[in-house]
Amino acid sequence: MIIKFRIFRYNPDKDVEPYYQNYEVEASPKDRILDCLNRIRAENDPTLSFRMSCGHGVCGSDGMRINGTSALACQKLVKDFEKNEELLIEPLQVFRVRKDLVVDMDPFFERYYSVKPYLITKTPAPDKERLQSIEEHREFEYAIRCILCACCTASCPVNQNKATETYIGPAALVRAFRYFFDSRDEGSKERIAVLDSKDGAWGCQTKWMCTKVCPKEIPVTKQIFEIKKRILESSKGDLK
Amino acid sequence: MSFKHDIVIVGSGLAGLRAAVECVEEAHVAIVSKVLPTRSHSGAAQGGITASIGNEEEDHWEWHMFDTVKGSDYLADQDAVEIMVKDAPRVIYELEHMGVPFSRNAEGKIAQRNFGGHTSEYGKKPVKRACYASDRTGRVVLDTLYDQCLRHNVKFYQEHYVLSLVFEKGKCSGLVAYDLSSGELNLIEAKAVLLATGGCGRIFKTTSNGFASTGDGLNLAHKAGIPLMDMEFIQFHPTGLYPLGILVSEAARGEGGILRNSLGERFMERYAPTVKDLAARDVVSRAILTEVREGRGFEGGYVHLDLTHLGEEKILERLWEITSFVRIYLGIDPVHEPVPVYPTCHYLMGGIPTDSDGRVLQDESGTIAKGLYAAGECACVSVHGANRLGCNSLLDTLVFGRRCGLAMKKDIPEIEPDPVLDEPLKKGKEMIASLLYRKGSEKIDGIRGNMQVMMMDYCSVFRDEKGLNKGIESIRSLKTRFSDVEIVNKGRNFNYELMEAVELGHQLDLAEVILLSALYRKESRGAHFREDFPARDDKNFLKHTLVFREGLRYKPATITRFKPEARVY
Repeated sequence: MIIKFRIFRYNPDKDVEPYYQNYEVEASPKDRILDCLNRIRAENDPTLSFRMSCGHGVCGSDGMRINGTSALACQKLVKDFEKNEELLIEPLQVFRVRKDLVVDMDPFFERYYSVKPYLITKTPAPDKERLQSIEEHREFEYAIRCILCACCTASCPVNQNKATETYIGPAALVRAFRYFFDSRDEGSKERIAVLDSKDGAWGCQTKWMCTKVCPKEIPVTKQIFEIKKRILESSKGDLK
Repeated sequence: MSFKHDIVIVGSGLAGLRAAVECVEEAHVAIVSKVLPTRSHSGAAQGGITASIGNEEEDHWEWHMFDTVKGSDYLADQDAVEIMVKDAPRVIYELEHMGVPFSRNAEGKIAQRNFGGHTSEYGKKPVKRACYASDRTGRVVLDTLYDQCLRHNVKFYQEHYVLSLVFEKGKCSGLVAYDLSSGELNLIEAKAVLLATGGCGRIFKTTSNGFASTGDGLNLAHKAGIPLMDMEFIQFHPTGLYPLGILVSEAARGEGGILRNSLGERFMERYAPTVKDLAARDVVSRAILTEVREGRGFEGGYVHLDLTHLGEEKILERLWEITSFVRIYLGIDPVHEPVPVYPTCHYLMGGIPTDSDGRVLQDESGTIAKGLYAAGECACVSVHGANRLGCNSLLDTLVFGRRCGLAMKKDIPEIEPDPVLDEPLKKGKEMIASLLYRKGSEKIDGIRGNMQVMMMDYCSVFRDEKGLNKGIESIRSLKTRFSDVEIVNKGRNFNYELMEAVELGHQLDLAEVILLSALYRKESRGAHFREDFPARDDKNFLKHTLVFREGLRYKPATITRFKPEARVY
């Protein structure tokens, strides 16, 4: 069948303003949207730019807006949009467009790094592994599904709002949660120093968009809520 | 632009990152990658990392070594295998201390599970040796090592595509990289250059490999006069998701999944009576295709992977990612229905020959190519020989990535940098200009598609002389067509068409090397199965292939503890 695409185009080297371009592609219902984009590039228009790497939802390269919702192009199939007359493809919001569907991810990774995304320990490591029970591991298990695709941060109304765009965003908070709730971590004080601020966990206004779009089904909003709860609890009790 | 570092690493997968972490405190280290950080293909590794830490049952490095050697069909260099398996427990504890979120057992220790070819007591029964984090092991290790690199201020040249290696006075002194975001060329000088660029699965139509696995580093080395070793040994993973080729981890069988043919038979009982579905990958891939050829497969050429008896809880806890792939792409729920699978091109056992410290060897007598190092899938130490065992690849990247880092750290104080002239940058500019402005009638996509289908037809799981000769003829005509490719996109920023043209040039060269290596190995060993020579021939072929630009030569395999014997699972 023929699928109609309407794709956001912008090349800062030559375009004064972004515009939309229409394409038609032969596709089958089980084709990935990424397959269609590759077909457009191979058969119609080699100037179209988008990122891709693994092609099956593990690397996080091909986050984009499909009919208005952030998603991975390799995880959405043509049949998911059967009812739509055409597919509208746009770059992720929040980030600067560098060309077509390629956005500037540097600010995303900078904010990610600001939450100290590594295990902080004070007691010396044992000869073998640090012990952790299955239950303790479960505490943060959903968070390790995160592939840093940025769909959540790009969909967050707080990040989209110019007045509050300095919020570090849900993706950075998921990574913060992953270490904050890891029983091996002894850096709670350092973590709270970063998270307990208006642009940290308190920036979240519980709009649930992050949870809605997460391609890995991470309960993002709930995890941010847990971070807030733990910050409040920490003012009462001892922390590692 | 021109930049200088002590060490430049090409590739930001596990081998590259691990090497960087090792030497960043003593040297100025930069990583060049054609993708953004954390997008490298190491992240797609699912099942685990092997180490004989014995958290679930008795295990020893000698057993791990035997399995690896037997898995390699006795072609692996046993001195290198011994280094790797002895170092494995240290690797696991080190990763755990860095924060890798390994899954746990009831005692709170790192959990371990079964994987193909890994046994106790030298082949008696399967052993739980693979340490894992659900079925996203590669990704969490990649993230952890990336974070360590950030913490130690490793410089990243992201979305930079390496066009050439620079040699001055016979020593590798840097590289020329094309900045995908701007179209600028950069000369990056260094005392040591590490190639950690991964595999080349994208030469084949059906593959588990990401789009970036085009073998660039392999061919950059080959163009610089380095031989490529054992390139005929291409692993087809038995369980690619039909019809996409996406990996369905061996962990599915490690956790108890069973392969069944169209009659519902557990056919692996016939091919590997002792370990059944947990035989080495080459054995299982041939078994699947034999079932299909003999009419016991499903229409289209696949078999079933049955997980339905494992129960929802176990499936979702240990195999969440693959369950998600199957649900999304096929609309099938593995909890209730069998998963259609067929062999998919997965891993290159061969590669750039190195010593056990990652130093590149430029001939069969072991002469070191100064300034050049290789680690990970693009390197061939050789620890995998003719067939790699599951979960030994992550181990390889981490053991030899680290050793490479140590070697570079040790070597660089003795290296006097030679001033690099403008010539390489000029040549790079000419190369880009000639690609962009030549006129022609061919498109990349057509040639690449033909190559991928041809390689499946003549050089995948089953091979013979007639097919391989046809393949060589075909690749030569594809190369002629490639010289007539026209690039439509003349843009400077994010011009992926231009990058793919350079990639395709590498892929065509490598396809020819693979076909030639396969043609001249007139025996069957591990992943290389010749229907016209179905037996292993230790008398004539217990040796490594080396393809030089001027022809093929061989060097003997190193045998220490385990003498070659019949390989039965």
